[in-house]
Amino acid sequence: MITFQELKRSFFISLWFVFLTFPIMVIRVDSIEKTVQWRWMNMLYVAVGAFILSLIFRYMMRRKEGQSADDDEETSTSDQHLIHRWLTVPRYRNIIYGVMLTLALVLPLVFSTYQTSIMTTALLYVVLGLGLNIVVGLAGLLDLGYVAFYAVGAYTYALLYHFFGMSFWIVLPLGGMLAAVFGILLGIPVLRLRGDYLAIVTLGFGEIIRLILENWGEFSQGPSGVSNIPRPSFFGIDMSLDTALIYIYYLMIAFVIFTIFIVNRLQNSRLGRAWVALREDEIACQAMGIDKMKTKLAAFSLGAFWAGIAGVIFAAKTTFISPRSFTFIESAIILSIVVLGGMGSIIGVIIGAMVLILLPEYLRFLSEYRMLAFGAILVCMMVFRPQGIIASVRRTYTYNKKETADGEGA
Amino acid sequence: MLKLEKVQSGYGNILAVKGISLEVNDGEIITLIGANGAGKSTTLLTISGIVPCRSGRILLKGEEIQSLESDAIVKKGVVQVPEGRHIFPQLSVQENLDMGAFMRTDPRKVKDDLDYVYSLFPILKERRHQDGGTLSGGEQQMLAMSRALMARPQLLLLDEPSMGLAPLIIKQIFEIIQKINQESNTTIFLVEQNANLALQVANRGYVLENGKITISGSAKSLLENQDIRKAYLGL
Ligand SMILES: Nc1ncnc2c1ncn2[C@@H]1O[C@H](COP(=O)(O)OP(=O)(O)O)[C@@H](O)[C@H]1O
Ligand SMILES: [Mg+2]
Repeated sequence: MITFQELKRSFFISLWFVFLTFPIMVIRVDSIEKTVQWRWMNMLYVAVGAFILSLIFRYMMRRKEGQSADDDEETSTSDQHLIHRWLTVPRYRNIIYGVMLTLALVLPLVFSTYQTSIMTTALLYVVLGLGLNIVVGLAGLLDLGYVAFYAVGAYTYALLYHFFGMSFWIVLPLGGMLAAVFGILLGIPVLRLRGDYLAIVTLGFGEIIRLILENWGEFSQGPSGVSNIPRPSFFGIDMSLDTALIYIYYLMIAFVIFTIFIVNRLQNSRLGRAWVALREDEIACQAMGIDKMKTKLAAFSLGAFWAGIAGVIFAAKTTFISPRSFTFIESAIILSIVVLGGMGSIIGVIIGAMVLILLPEYLRFLSEYRMLAFGAILVCMMVFRPQGIIASVRRTYTYNKKETADGEGA
Repeated sequence: MLKLEKVQSGYGNILAVKGISLEVNDGEIITLIGANGAGKSTTLLTISGIVPCRSGRILLKGEEIQSLESDAIVKKGVVQVPEGRHIFPQLSVQENLDMGAFMRTDPRKVKDDLDYVYSLFPILKERRHQDGGTLSGGEQQMLAMSRALMARPQLLLLDEPSMGLAPLIIKQIFEIIQKINQESNTTIFLVEQNANLALQVANRGYVLENGKITISGSAKSLLENQDIRKAYLGL
């Protein structure tokens, strides 16, 4: 079952890990008593742990390869395909959606406000993920500065409230629109670039926005951020903190449903098809008369729109924002949600957001090893499921039927 | 229909098309032949507005189009089948065809055109739910041509339709090119390396060498021209 070769490689890997982790795991300098502790037991743990993990990893890899080797028509009933089939049958799809919605609706009644609040954050990332999915998943434009639009939304609310006392409900669409305008402004010069170049420029843009917010004190209150941002109101009723958080949670559910509805519509629209076509072959698109620039700009600004909306909600939820909430790592997390969930797939993005936002929370029992475990899980997921948790389900083509019916009716 | 006047274009600091002038009349098949790297594809891409025109004029029915964007040029009825076919590999045959009709606003006529291209290439109808990338080379060429036809071109630009195909398939495709030209009165601008084949279906031809047109005339006269026979027909 386990070959000698695998044992040998695992042994070397454990040696390598011991070497890598030696300074942090074994040596401890006690700066008060000025002594050095040598924790040799830790070295043993690392060695054994790495050895076993490596063996498991190798075993899984071998199984996976074996699977894809005899992946004929027969084995296409694997779980991936099963999920696909479920999602394409409307009845099953509705049942899945129904169950998810019910679970989401009863959650605050069952769990604590703390849990609900974490869930709200996860839902916020669902919206962000769905927005970025338009840009990266559908249009194939690698945007590493997506967080900038999120910041634009958040600061729109914070500052419009701060300077003009404008309310959440008025700013919500404004924040989205302003972010979309920023999307267009950035898009015009940048979208001529492709692939890696586009990624680098958007990365730079993300940092520029953050640096402006950090350094333009009179405008954005600098690094100390904006505080005392009001939560969304509900016909002017005063709410306790708990109720307010639960209220935001339900608002968030509504936003997520709205976003899914719109993104789904977009995906199957003429524009959505143009995005996919543009991702596949630019020359062909030009030869077919698709306006490359306009189509890309539409993807960029629509993606930015959702980030702006999410930003406004974020500001209202946390009541305090500062440039530190909008660092590159945020862009990276949102991108991971899209990639991990399955590019171009709505359900995938939802699950991706849940995994990426909730997992670190529920790994808290691992205390300082939390992020280590998180990283390891991500690596494993990408190795074993590179297409994402749920790869995009392509809608079956219905155009012809409709047209035929149309033609016969006439 | 189409007229090029001293057109120059290229990439970066490479000038690939060095001031060419040519004319395409209504309803004819003209061909541009030349060796690999002569600038044939660049000429077509410049007409379509995909590679910008650096100087000179491109006139479509007397109207200047050299500064228009590629989508505007397609709307004016100039549609290209690019070299290497460029079908959408992950879209089905039918979706590919639908992309061809992307900028059309008359769904009923689109449906007629779909039936028409399926009658030209029945194999595509059989394969309509298959992904474009899984088709054979010949089928992909048929798909690329059909997709262009879905845009209702008045002028169809074909870039090396015979590239990499078996002789029998090439014959079939060239028959259909003539059929398209006659049946739907589509003017055809055919770029080919296979000069013999191209000159047999074309009315007139131009020879491109190093970005310049060196010889032009009726297809018949070119087929008889000694220089061309030596350089391009291998006779
Ligand atoms: N994308 C490109 N970038 C830079 N140079 C190119 C590009 N495409 C073509 N060229 C150059 O332009 C010249 C003409 O190429 P092309 O028009 O493709 O010739 P043909 O179609 O006649 O084989 C060649 O020298 C080629 O190397
Ligand atoms: Mg060429």
